Amino acid sequence: MFAFVVKRLIQSVFILLGVSFITFALLYLLPADPVRQIAGRSATAETVANIRAQLGLDKPFIVQYARYFGNLVQGDLGRSYLQKTEVSTLIASRLPASLLLMLGAIVCELVLGITMGVVAALRRGTVTDNSLMMASFIGVSAPQFVVGLLMLYVFAVQLRWFPIGGYGTFAHMVLPSITLGILGSGWYSRMMRSSMIDVLRQDFIRTARAKGLGRMRVLMRHALPNAVLPIIAMIGIDVGIFMGGIVVVESVFGWPGIGQLAWQAIQRVDIPIIMGVTLVSACAIVIGNLVADIASLFADPRIKVR
Amino acid sequence: MKKLLTTSALVVVLGLPQLAAAESQSTLDPNAKSGGNITVTYKDDVATLDPAIGYDWQNWSMIKSLYDGLMDYEPGTTELRAGLAESYDISDDGMVFTFKLREGVKFHNGRLMTAEDVKYSLDRVTDPKTQSPGAGFFGSIAGYDAVSSGEVKGLSGVKVLNDQTVEITLSRPDATFLHVMGLNFASVVAKEAVEAAGADFGKTAMGTGAFKLSDWTIGQKLVFAKNEDYWRDGLPYLDSVTFEVGQEPIVALLRLQNGEVDVPGDGIPPAKFQEVMGDPDQAARVIEGGQLHTGYITLNVKMPPFDNVDVRKAVNMAINKERITQVINGRAVPATQPLPPSMPGYTEGYAGYAYDPDAAKSLLADAGFADGFETELFVMNTDPNPRIAQAIQQDLSKIGIKASIQSLAQASVIAAGGEADQAPMIWSGGMAWIADFPDASNFYGPILGCDGAVQGGWNWSWYCNADADAMAIEADSMTDPSKVDDRLKMWSDIYMKIMEDAPWVPVFNEQRYTMKSERMGGDDKLYVDPVSIPVNYDYVYVNDVQ
Repeated sequence: MFAFVVKRLIQSVFILLGVSFITFALLYLLPADPVRQIAGRSATAETVANIRAQLGLDKPFIVQYARYFGNLVQGDLGRSYLQKTEVSTLIASRLPASLLLMLGAIVCELVLGITMGVVAALRRGTVTDNSLMMASFIGVSAPQFVVGLLMLYVFAVQLRWFPIGGYGTFAHMVLPSITLGILGSGWYSRMMRSSMIDVLRQDFIRTARAKGLGRMRVLMRHALPNAVLPIIAMIGIDVGIFMGGIVVVESVFGWPGIGQLAWQAIQRVDIPIIMGVTLVSACAIVIGNLVADIASLFADPRIKVR
Repeated sequence: MKKLLTTSALVVVLGLPQLAAAESQSTLDPNAKSGGNITVTYKDDVATLDPAIGYDWQNWSMIKSLYDGLMDYEPGTTELRAGLAESYDISDDGMVFTFKLREGVKFHNGRLMTAEDVKYSLDRVTDPKTQSPGAGFFGSIAGYDAVSSGEVKGLSGVKVLNDQTVEITLSRPDATFLHVMGLNFASVVAKEAVEAAGADFGKTAMGTGAFKLSDWTIGQKLVFAKNEDYWRDGLPYLDSVTFEVGQEPIVALLRLQNGEVDVPGDGIPPAKFQEVMGDPDQAARVIEGGQLHTGYITLNVKMPPFDNVDVRKAVNMAINKERITQVINGRAVPATQPLPPSMPGYTEGYAGYAYDPDAAKSLLADAGFADGFETELFVMNTDPNPRIAQAIQQDLSKIGIKASIQSLAQASVIAAGGEADQAPMIWSGGMAWIADFPDASNFYGPILGCDGAVQGGWNWSWYCNADADAMAIEADSMTDPSKVDDRLKMWSDIYMKIMEDAPWVPVFNEQRYTMKSERMGGDDKLYVDPVSIPVNYDYVYVNDVQ
């Protein structure tokens, strides 16, 4: 087990290295010039050249990457071109908000997904089953931007149950968490349904029923814990999916996380921020997957570590 | 912008050297109430509050309220007035400006502001290390070139005569110099605060303005608190202003309707415009005003067939500008020339190229393109620009020109425009020129002059007319107040000359619509202030206090 984790960690370093190189190269190839974004429309050619030289953007690609990488291994993500602030400061000030939102989303998708999956499995083949599966299908397919605005309109503007966007209290968290979690709940309900159907067919369930245990007790004590384990193990992988989702959800709800930071930086070609957020996201995905792998080991001992 | 700077208010001012500092009490509103807080929202985060760096939609007016420069504008107008300068003298040849500073003006940290601070601030903004996007505006100050190239520190043309007097010598006559002193880039900053904060100065603020920065939660909100010691008596009216960032315009509008927001800084989202204007209660709280803006199509004169002036004229006649203004719900007026109507120097009575597809088609045929041609139209990919591009595309197809639309991110369109052979046509929407200061010359240099027609420049039609350039230099050398009308006439002639060559299709001049909450008070013109966009925070107030 220990060897497995170490091996995966070493692999992760190479993955992150690759991510940093590819992202840097893509940004370099982008037909947009960050210097002109900094210099503004009234700048003289002289000002532009001066800024380019100060940022080292007049150097060849390899030199630029080597310099970035050199700073990176020392833990320096550089300064934002436009904000002039340390990228690490910007990310650190926004990361807690994103993590909180993801936590909320995980709770939402588990509660929604597991409930829907169990009900659908128990009512297999009925109208209830079909409607739930249809709903989960919509959840998976619906654009988050639209879901977010609909949520805002119905629950915040019309019903006034929640604040219209923003950050700070538990009430602020509810709508964005649900919006982000709906996508995952669609997946989970489908997985939960099939997992539950599998478990319900197992011999030990029949035995439990034969012992004379109540239907509810069999479900809660025997079937559910077994069916839910493989699903819990998937949560790590969700982190990667969320990294994409937060860009949209944070914009709609005015949630001050790193997704919003990335989105604004992309529009302004603020390369140090784009690089920083990409690397942090990549780290999160790598860690998430690692956690998922380890969790699967515990969840299903049949999986062998090689 | 190096050779040609610009502006108009000089006209008014030059007539009265030794302009008395007497605060025009007329600017104080007798109905105003003091106190209260307003909430303003923006979609994008505030990148910086450093006046040497900030050049965004959202931070421009914030910086105006935190800092002051030597010159300033009458609220809600384009008229220059004295700011930190109590009075000033201009030498007869227009080359030396002597500013006498107000006494007793304090920075937010309590220290008295002196002439040294003025010099420090101008030296700082022109220092290449500062990377100021506005450095070029100061090109007419003596010693600018040496500072800009990094040879020396400090502008030789800026001299401190005593604590209250600063003398600025120019290297060439500049009719727009007082406007330059009214730009945010010329704001006076406190040296000790800049040095203490280092590279993070943009996340702090230390000026002499009506408000001070009291709190900034990155990515969430900024709170400005009233400066109790503000040197303009009685101002500001508000106790504080809260800026909430990261709010989509549509969400901001919903919150306004709910009474949580006072001014949505990004305006009314296009998709909601008709709904808002259709509701008398909401429409009554929308204030409309002109802005110094022109939306245009550039025709790259270096790329065939747009090197042919008749083709460019034909395109001008083919565009139905009325219909394009309808695409944006009539939030603009059709344009005939590069300058917007509210800009001094605008040529009254010039009809431009009238919409006439038949004449356009025959002109195109005479030019040898009876069957039309294929070309590309570059456009920024955010609403409503792609829809406007489609309208342009349809108009062009009526005279046989097949334009394919290249809808790209803003930075990519700007990059394509800065190359001589990339973009035959660009619709300027979303990137269009809004004047930095209200002078005719501000629409020339970078976007129509030879200086801008370089790789990485903003003159996307690559139009370079040596005669027009020479006239522009001459016009901006006319600092004699009695020649103001001659100077404006000259600028008008320059733009008429340009229209003959038709490197642009001027399409429309956008109107501004600012929405406010019911409780907000103050003259309507404060809400469409041409300089403090969207609102002049120093002068607005709320009615529900006391």
